[in-house]
Amino acid sequence: MAAHLSYGRVNLNILREAARKELREFLDKCAGSKAIVWDEYLTGPFGLIAQYSLLKEHEVEKMFTLKSGRLPSADVKNIIFFVRPRLELMDIIAENVFRCHHSSRDFHILFVPRRSMLCEQRLKEQGVLGSFINIDEYILDLIPYDGDLLSMEYESAFRECYLENDQTSLYHTAKGLMTLQALYGTIPQIYGKGDCARHVANMMLRMKREFAGTQNQILPVFDTLLLLDRNVDLLTPLATQLTYEGLIDEIYGINNGYVKLPPEKFAQKKQGEASKDLPTEPKKLQLNSAEELYAEIRDKNFNAVGAALSKKAKIISAAFEERHNAKTVGEIKQFVSQLPHMQAARSSLANHTSIAELIKDITTSEAFFDNLTVEQEFMTGVDTDKVNTYIEDCIAQKDPLIKILRLVCMQSVCNNGLKQKVLDYYKREILQTYGYEHILTLNNLEKGGLLKPQTSSRNNYPTIRKTLKLWMEDANEQNPNDISYVYSGYAPLSIRLTQVLARPGWRSIEEVLKMLPGPHFEERQQLPSGLHKKRQQGENRTTLVFFLGGVTYAEIAALRFLSQMEDSGMEYIIATTKLVNGTTWIKSLMDRIPPSCF
Amino acid sequence: MAFITANWNPLGEAFYRKTELYEMCWNLRDGLRDSLVAAAPYGGPIALLREPLRRSPSSRPQLEIYSASGVGIASFPLVVDSSCRRSKQEVVQTQVLEAKVFHSPYGTGVAIVTGSSRFTLATNIDDLKLRRLPEVPGLQGKPSCWVVLTQDRQTKVLLSNGLDLYIVDNTSCTAVVPPGLSPQAGSVVHMSVSFSYKYLALFTDSGHLWTGTSNLFTCLSVCLPVCLCIYQPLYLSLCLTRCRRPKSQQPSVVLMWDRLLLVAGVCNDTIQFPLEDPCVLIGELDGVRIISSTNQELLQEVPLVCQDIFKIASMAPGALLLEAHREYEKLSQKADEYLREIKEQSMLGEAVKQCVEAAGHEYDTNTQKSLMRAASFGKCFLTDFSPDQFVSTCRELRVLNSVRESSVGLPLTHAQFKQMTVQVLIDRLVYRQFYPLAIEICRYLKIPDYQGVSRVLKHWASCKVQQKDLSDEAIARAVCVKVGDSPGVSYSDIAARAYECGRTELAIKLLDFEARSGEQVPLLLKMKRSQLALSKAVESGDTDLVYTVVSYLKNEMNRGDFFMTLRNQPVALSLYRQFCKLQEQETLKDLYNQDDDHQELANYYVTASYKEKRLESRLSLLQSAVDEYNKAKNEFAAKATEDEMRLLRFQRKLDDEKGAGLLGLSLQVGTGVVLVLKSLAEKEEWEELEKFSKSKKSPIGYLAFVEVCMKCNNKYEAKKYVSKVTPEQKVKAHLAVSDLEGAADAAIERRNEAEMGAVLSRCSASDRLVIDRLNRARAGAAKK
Repeated sequence: MAAHLSYGRVNLNILREAARKELREFLDKCAGSKAIVWDEYLTGPFGLIAQYSLLKEHEVEKMFTLKSGRLPSADVKNIIFFVRPRLELMDIIAENVFRCHHSSRDFHILFVPRRSMLCEQRLKEQGVLGSFINIDEYILDLIPYDGDLLSMEYESAFRECYLENDQTSLYHTAKGLMTLQALYGTIPQIYGKGDCARHVANMMLRMKREFAGTQNQILPVFDTLLLLDRNVDLLTPLATQLTYEGLIDEIYGINNGYVKLPPEKFAQKKQGEASKDLPTEPKKLQLNSAEELYAEIRDKNFNAVGAALSKKAKIISAAFEERHNAKTVGEIKQFVSQLPHMQAARSSLANHTSIAELIKDITTSEAFFDNLTVEQEFMTGVDTDKVNTYIEDCIAQKDPLIKILRLVCMQSVCNNGLKQKVLDYYKREILQTYGYEHILTLNNLEKGGLLKPQTSSRNNYPTIRKTLKLWMEDANEQNPNDISYVYSGYAPLSIRLTQVLARPGWRSIEEVLKMLPGPHFEERQQLPSGLHKKRQQGENRTTLVFFLGGVTYAEIAALRFLSQMEDSGMEYIIATTKLVNGTTWIKSLMDRIPPSCF
Repeated sequence: MAFITANWNPLGEAFYRKTELYEMCWNLRDGLRDSLVAAAPYGGPIALLREPLRRSPSSRPQLEIYSASGVGIASFPLVVDSSCRRSKQEVVQTQVLEAKVFHSPYGTGVAIVTGSSRFTLATNIDDLKLRRLPEVPGLQGKPSCWVVLTQDRQTKVLLSNGLDLYIVDNTSCTAVVPPGLSPQAGSVVHMSVSFSYKYLALFTDSGHLWTGTSNLFTCLSVCLPVCLCIYQPLYLSLCLTRCRRPKSQQPSVVLMWDRLLLVAGVCNDTIQFPLEDPCVLIGELDGVRIISSTNQELLQEVPLVCQDIFKIASMAPGALLLEAHREYEKLSQKADEYLREIKEQSMLGEAVKQCVEAAGHEYDTNTQKSLMRAASFGKCFLTDFSPDQFVSTCRELRVLNSVRESSVGLPLTHAQFKQMTVQVLIDRLVYRQFYPLAIEICRYLKIPDYQGVSRVLKHWASCKVQQKDLSDEAIARAVCVKVGDSPGVSYSDIAARAYECGRTELAIKLLDFEARSGEQVPLLLKMKRSQLALSKAVESGDTDLVYTVVSYLKNEMNRGDFFMTLRNQPVALSLYRQFCKLQEQETLKDLYNQDDDHQELANYYVTASYKEKRLESRLSLLQSAVDEYNKAKNEFAAKATEDEMRLLRFQRKLDDEKGAGLLGLSLQVGTGVVLVLKSLAEKEEWEELEKFSKSKKSPIGYLAFVEVCMKCNNKYEAKKYVSKVTPEQKVKAHLAVSDLEGAADAAIERRNEAEMGAVLSRCSASDRLVIDRLNRARAGAAKK
């Protein structure tokens, strides 16, 4: 089922298989029938590693969601808790264990991705630590999402790193990269930009020294690793993504490769009868490169999707027409043999046509257009130093707060900070309209550098924009010739940095790199002799780009575009702490205070 | 070469040979007569306790340890370790009569028989779990003889008491009768089990020798080896060759009397060796070591392949090849004849193999050489012959020869070496502190560093740190130079060793070389270097490790010191803050206070205020927040918070006045007032609204009043509030009530171009006058 992971330049199925093996080994440690109690957050990522069938093979008979109170009854020998190492979850586990009166039960905990002393101590304080036969860790750092995509699904990474100075996620990142190198060979070159990148690289080099001697004898698959801090490019995630996949994520949200869509458009229309009752459950679709059509259109600018879909429709109907030409038994047989594939293609086409229609309703709305216009004004540097009337209007109309925050932050980033008066004005408006409690959120955004008062008189964003060609006037959405198509004009800064690194090299943009936060660096890792690649003429190099703090689908699309460009000579594999969009990202930075009632 | 067979003695179909291993280096004045001697198998060291019987009970016996070649290794007074005794009451109360060491699948075991005639055993001396075996009926004192048998992971004791034989295992004691041993043979006075625990030999007081399998199912032979000999032998040992014989795979028994050594085969055949000196026999895998005060010999069955080659007039291919090579060296054409003969039978490969194998079994280096040369010679005439065996035997022989040197004193045979593995050999060398030799061997045999050189270096370093005469610096330097960054050597382990020896400073110096910061932490904590432990934990990047140290420090230090320590470690401090956010809110406040972090302190109060249910406490927390925001010079936040407080008080007042009517509304802070306004406007309670506006200065300004009235299409009421709005909102307010002129006035007064533009955009063609006025004002503004 995970064949699509092995189609790419790097066979990521190896990573998945390694993870599955470890899971099996743990399950076999607990002999007898089992029930798993899930930390709900983990079910999504685990779904990408192992289906229920694997668990079933290892005598997992029941699955529950972790919640306080008593465990549901289950006639099993073992109860296994699959949890993240969080203190609040420990309290729930303790309650579960405490209120379980079966004496013959064996309890186990599997921490994902790491054991934690704090959690174990908490269980001890609660008096239940002794009840556990096995306390183990399941090191699941990098999860393969697609043939060229790895994510840690570590939601709070950006917040922890930049707001709380907690570098746990970076430690996991470094560990994950070590695991990756154990499977795919030492990566000879490491580049990076940003404080977190530096920290991760330092840890990797340190870990390599620590494991000196267990020399990795695998021919390196990756030539280069590029570590990028999200705070080097705060602008890109704030902008509205305009690729097909990006828009699906912006509007409906893609979680662990699945999207939930409003059901109306997907009602089964049976011929001859009007559908009486519409389905009420949202339609859940899996989105990855295993679906041929999706792989083809996911990274296109949405304006080019319509044409692609209609072209596909013609091809499919032509294929169905073929049956009239099939005369001989042999030809008919061949046609029939292709039928399942064609039917799958047809249903895939129907699904994506429906999704495209849903999206189109939104992208053609005036609100969407206005919002985009303002975004593009900011990105091109128009009137970024004044209070923007559109934002004012949106606040007055009480549009969703996150939309406002995205825009205000974007203005601040494009102006290298806002004038104190402008900033205070926005803040006051926001507090008065959306409530005083958001003062903490605003404070967070300031801490994270998304929102800030202008300190130096010089706004260096225009220089960066010009040097890196972040704005392309004539972005070709249909047949792109530059990455700027993913935002219809704006070329993501992060990807420009990646592109320049490959050719002509960062030395050409030293000045700009100095303007961006954090150090930039290059490190080399010694390979054991005999593992140096002999590159064939014209063979592409492979770079692993790791986004610390999140990456958007549009950025991924831009990297895939670079991989496919004929003369780039580079293939990109993408890794990140979390797949984000402006909304989920800002959300992760908000302080949600429980509403009080008195 | 003919003399090779000179020391061969036939026994049945086999031959036995006695090879001298060493002339002993020790100088024992009284020989071994009155000493207690024991030695470890696999050419292991010899332990000697002199004159234990003549000693007065008060004096402490001195235990001397020698290498197999008699070089002194150590000597120390024998102290009774009572730790084992403590484990079982019974053992403490009664005397240990006899103990035997044995090998079990779990390690080295020890069995004892106590004064109360009970057996107790432990299968692994490193993990002392004593097991007491069931009582043996009728046994008084110790049995006349006994052995420990291990079979199928079970440990049993076989003992002889009078005429009876018993097997005692965990649960029961069973009487047994060995098949083929008639009751007339008398009682068993001696017994011995083979090295592999497969065979058993019993000797009765009538001089009968029974040999059979150790499970007592099968009897191999019963004989009366020496009719004259009615004395009990001093020693009985089973000797079984490793060389697999297709037909007779039978053990022989070595018996020793005062002046006589006797090898008894399965048939009544024997070999007798006279002894001049008292000797000790040590059973080995493939022979018996005979240790006397002057020399040491190995008695073993001549391996089959050696017999084939060296037997007089042997026509085995190996023998012919050896002969061919000998002629070749003499430049005789006979070499060709011999070679031809082997090749005609297509046995050249076999011949080479035989020579190589035989070389492995030979102790004499010249013999080894001639055999290997012959093999090498024969190899030349073969086209596709795998050199592996030849090469590995060559290497292994060199290693064996070097450890057999008298100075090292490990008389290992090739078979023993194969059985004990090179890893164990290296360990032994390391324990004997032959570090350079061990490293040479590792390199020569190309053992991966992890299992080889690194292991040696680790031992070396652990030993080095105990050298009292060297300074900390000198040792640290020496260790660093030698160990460098050898893979798999843990500086933490070495440091831990130094710390155990009381050299804390050295331990710290050594820890500095440790690449894995995480590894350093536990030891540093143990040594109470908590600050250093903390910084190492931070360095490792492993946040869980940082938490470990932090929670350790929290318990160890007083609060002030703890906070100060954290202050110097920002990463640890942030992590601790995270922890406090979840677990200890009060501590969090203290932390911010200590750091004078007013901004965070204010945020803390804001967060806390939302947890309060009572308005008063909430307001007081917000007041604290205001104070802190002011201290942090965050005027904006201070003002926003003050507004919020005003709003809350206002709301409260409203609630009191209006009662339940408003309480039911969701009074979300900030939008609360707007809701109040809306509800009043919707109910068209204009008077109330006006009262509300006058009751206190509105925390959200008055534009909202205007908007709310306009929403209900009451322009009249709306206009009441236009004059009250702030100057910035004047234009908006006028526009809201569609008062273009008022808006234009306000905009012109404020000289605000954007606002003028906003008014203009609302003007239609009929508003000529206003448009002109605005345009003029704009032009005027532009000039300036």
